[in-house]
Amino acid sequence: MNDERAALPTVPVRHPGRWVGALVVLVLAVMAGHSLFFSDVTTATGLHRERFEWSVINEYFTSDIILRGLVVTLQLTVLAMVLGVVLGIVMAVLRLSPNPLMSGASWLYIWFFRGTPVYVQLLFWYSISYVFPTLSLGIPFGPEFFTVNMNTAVTPYVAAVVGLGLNEGAYMAEIVRAGILSVDEGQTEAAQALGMSRLQTMRRIVLPQAMRVIAPPTGNEVISMLKTTSLAAAITVGELTNGAKIIYSRTYEVIPLLMVASFWYLIVSSVLTVGQYYVERYFAKGALREMPPTPAQKLRAKFVGLRNPGGVR
Amino acid sequence: MSRSFTVPMVLARNVRKSYGAFEALRGIDLEVGPGQVMCLIGPSGSGKSTFLRCINHLEKISAGLLAVDGDLVGYRRGGDRLYELRDREVCAKRAEIGMVFQRFNLFPHMTAVQNVCLGPVTVKGDDKAAVRERAIALLDRVGLSDKVDSYPTQLSGGQQQRVAIARALAMQPKLMLFDEPTSALDPELVGDVLDVMKGLANDGMTMVVVTHEMGFAREVADSVVFMDAGAVVESGTPEQVLGNPQHERTKAFLAKVL
Repeated sequence: MNDERAALPTVPVRHPGRWVGALVVLVLAVMAGHSLFFSDVTTATGLHRERFEWSVINEYFTSDIILRGLVVTLQLTVLAMVLGVVLGIVMAVLRLSPNPLMSGASWLYIWFFRGTPVYVQLLFWYSISYVFPTLSLGIPFGPEFFTVNMNTAVTPYVAAVVGLGLNEGAYMAEIVRAGILSVDEGQTEAAQALGMSRLQTMRRIVLPQAMRVIAPPTGNEVISMLKTTSLAAAITVGELTNGAKIIYSRTYEVIPLLMVASFWYLIVSSVLTVGQYYVERYFAKGALREMPPTPAQKLRAKFVGLRNPGGVR
Repeated sequence: MSRSFTVPMVLARNVRKSYGAFEALRGIDLEVGPGQVMCLIGPSGSGKSTFLRCINHLEKISAGLLAVDGDLVGYRRGGDRLYELRDREVCAKRAEIGMVFQRFNLFPHMTAVQNVCLGPVTVKGDDKAAVRERAIALLDRVGLSDKVDSYPTQLSGGQQQRVAIARALAMQPKLMLFDEPTSALDPELVGDVLDVMKGLANDGMTMVVVTHEMGFAREVADSVVFMDAGAVVESGTPEQVLGNPQHERTKAFLAKVL
């Protein structure tokens, strides 16, 4: 009976629904491709042109104003994230402090910067000289030693870095706090038992382990920040989106220039995604018995797997 | 008293510890001489671990007197007052006391040898190369010379605990505290860890061991202390406490674990 059954051919389950679904997707893809690359439009004025004007996209893709904007976008992303991460660590540590004034101050900071739109915050820093025309270093309510004019000191660029960074700090504080809380208390005790100070314990034991929890959402924040920098266009910073805007307000080729900007954002965020994978892999050290494979290793495994399908990947 | 000239390594007089209304320790009196091994036994919740954690100031005592090698734990005496020690001073004291935990608490992001090196390098500021050499020798001593560069997740529980012992020894402590070092281990791995501890005891290390391993206590301990409900019920030599217990509570406990 069993032998007989073993010899019979097996018929896999058919999935007709999958074929229909695949066909629909294929047709939609062909339509999208066609309208993107091979179709024309006739405008109200009788002008005949390419629908997406790839020639225009091509013309401006590496133009000066776009590339300069890209550099500013990258600078803003890096500077705001550095400020945000530093503030985030400080605020997370304060938030976990036993001193109620410290943790209260951190709570207030997070409450304010997470509770107001980043767009409004940017406009606020841009106009800061309206409420604080000068900034002075001195004794509180006493003499001042050093004074700067806020109108000249806080350029749109500075306002963008400060605004984006302070806002990011509030989010990073919560991410870092979650990371710190994820580390087992036994780790702190073991470090203390060795005679390590609070600071050494935080730096050598807790934060490196918290990084495993902190890294994935932080990668997310970096990619998010890359795009949020486009809001700096609202306070006249010459970043990528603003660059595109400057060109299309002159040529009226709005969509092609928005596509130029979009392509650049996609390219940078793709690079960041790859970087994120390796950063996460680095901080997984010790948490897993074996390191997860790199994409190159995965590809190789797949290739080898195809050649001997019975082999273990 | 022939011992009156040697300062006890651990001296506890009426040590109390409470968490709110709950009294975890209700007046502990005991003494551990230099080079001696004391085993603390008793049911869970009896305050054994709490007392152990008071010795290196992971817990602050509520009242009484607790001294290690003649120095008060966590305080300094000035005239008729006790001044709380600063964080830095507490750390310096802890550096002289090794501690081994039930759950090992190895640092998972570091290899075995990095775990062992961390204390001497960061706390004492010793030379890295010299410390590494010492660390490898220590790992060899606990039988793990082939696991130097392994991460804790790649080690068995018994191996992890032996790395933890090497980590504590790397600080060259004058006192070792063991908090149920074999309770989280598979039965077949317990022996290796106990062997390392026996070796330490034979080399003259002063040890306070919270344990449920009565065989170890009988063989290695100079004194055994039975605790229940935050108080010392009975103490003495292993023969006295384990072999001929006087109190009903001790007899009942031993009848269950032996």
